Amino acid sequence: MQKVNLCESCSKEKGVSDPTGFALADLLLGLGAAQDVEKSPGTLKCTVCGFTQADFKKTGRLGCSACYGVFVDGLRGMLRNMHKGTTHTGKTPAGFEKSRAQGEEMRSLQENLDQAVAAEEYERAADLRDKIRQIEAELRA
Amino acid sequence: MKFSRIIASSGEWLSGDGPHRQIVVSSRVRLARNLREKPFPGWAKKAERIEVMRLVKDAVEHLPEMSESYSENLEALSPLEKQVLVERHLISREHAAKGVGSAVVMNEPQTLSVMINEEDHLRMQSICCGLQLEKVFGMINRVDSELEGMLDFAFDPELGYLTACPTNVGTGMRASAMLHLPGLVMSEQINKIVNSVNKIGLAVRGLHGEGTEAMGNLFQVSNQTTLGETEEEIIGRLNRVIEQILEHEKNARALLAERKSVTLYDQIGRAYGILANAYSMSSKEALNLLSVIKLGVDLRVFPESRRFPVDELFIETQPAHLQKGAKVQKMSADERDTLRAEIIRAKLRQVPEPDIARLHADAAESGEEKHDE
Repeated sequence: MQKVNLCESCSKEKGVSDPTGFALADLLLGLGAAQDVEKSPGTLKCTVCGFTQADFKKTGRLGCSACYGVFVDGLRGMLRNMHKGTTHTGKTPAGFEKSRAQGEEMRSLQENLDQAVAAEEYERAADLRDKIRQIEAELRA
Repeated sequence: MKFSRIIASSGEWLSGDGPHRQIVVSSRVRLARNLREKPFPGWAKKAERIEVMRLVKDAVEHLPEMSESYSENLEALSPLEKQVLVERHLISREHAAKGVGSAVVMNEPQTLSVMINEEDHLRMQSICCGLQLEKVFGMINRVDSELEGMLDFAFDPELGYLTACPTNVGTGMRASAMLHLPGLVMSEQINKIVNSVNKIGLAVRGLHGEGTEAMGNLFQVSNQTTLGETEEEIIGRLNRVIEQILEHEKNARALLAERKSVTLYDQIGRAYGILANAYSMSSKEALNLLSVIKLGVDLRVFPESRRFPVDELFIETQPAHLQKGAKVQKMSADERDTLRAEIIRAKLRQVPEPDIARLHADAAESGEEKHDE
């Protein structure tokens, strides 16, 4: 391998200025990162901020939080190589924590309600139904 | 608060106390947060950056922790002032390069600082003396929970906190400790340690983080990964590794004192001689020699009461601090080297010559107790 240092104008003259030839994403996130994202079908573009695959290849960064939803398929492999896992297990904002807890409670109440109805325990079913309605009202508020 | 007040006091993490404070200079935890569906700073247009900055700055200034705080837009700071903040680890080098649309807010003891529109909308950090990552995390975690009520953070139940760079997604947390490891460097074990720490998903870096040289035998150990583990698990893993490095460092010091005592005496004596008599000194040379004096204090060759003045020199001799102290905006490297040597000579006059007979490097004892003269 031969190393040559070129200024901007010389590099253009010699035709080594191909901007797609150098992917910052590769440099920052490990080789193959840019390709990983490219594997996602079509030319993806974030509808919230207008960020594209090509922008990610160039910068190694995303455009906004909504980009994660757009580029998620391509990102997954990269995240697996980069981190200990692919699912967040740490801190959750209080608002999320509450709605998640309520969601879980709803699911278990609904299961119990189905069982009560199947067993024809109508008094228990009525109690459970009231509880479900109460949580639904809380969620709406 | 005025910038001059920030400059005047050296920050609690330097003067404070904490576990393993001889070897662990400081513990730091930073969290990256972003606002939902607002373009990240690197992608946002100027007007969008300014809008986010106003929103975030207002929330941060309302924190109870920031009742006594210093808050400034980056374009209002001179390059020299920015560099002072970098040398104190209150802002990153990347943040210092920012201008309009970025800001910094920090509390008076300089234990908390929030960078607004660095790579992410918020990079908040807490810093403390010695090894106390849990405490530092507790401080910044509380700030984060308070801000959560005022700002709409981008969070995904599967991926966690969403960040501009996928390397930070999940907890958005970087926990790090600054370690002073002259024993491992002198005994040439440091590369082995760095390599094995890198293999287990932690990073070892130089004085100012990513891509910087290790000077003054100072090394930063931090987590590399942010997704798939809880904050507590990451800190636990880091703590276990740091405690092992501490053991190795103590053993290396004890071994040097026992088997290579002449080399050790010679290094300490030379460092003292040069620092006390030089008339021109680069910041790299200063850090490397001060590191040996710091080791000398740990080994009781110099009195314990001289620890703080020596520690202070690590910061005071950094280029921007020198210039700020001299109240000069522009100074050539040569002029700085002369001034640096002058400041060091003056301070070294208060440090008695090394008393080699007092050298004490018992690995078990050199740790925590304070031995004053």
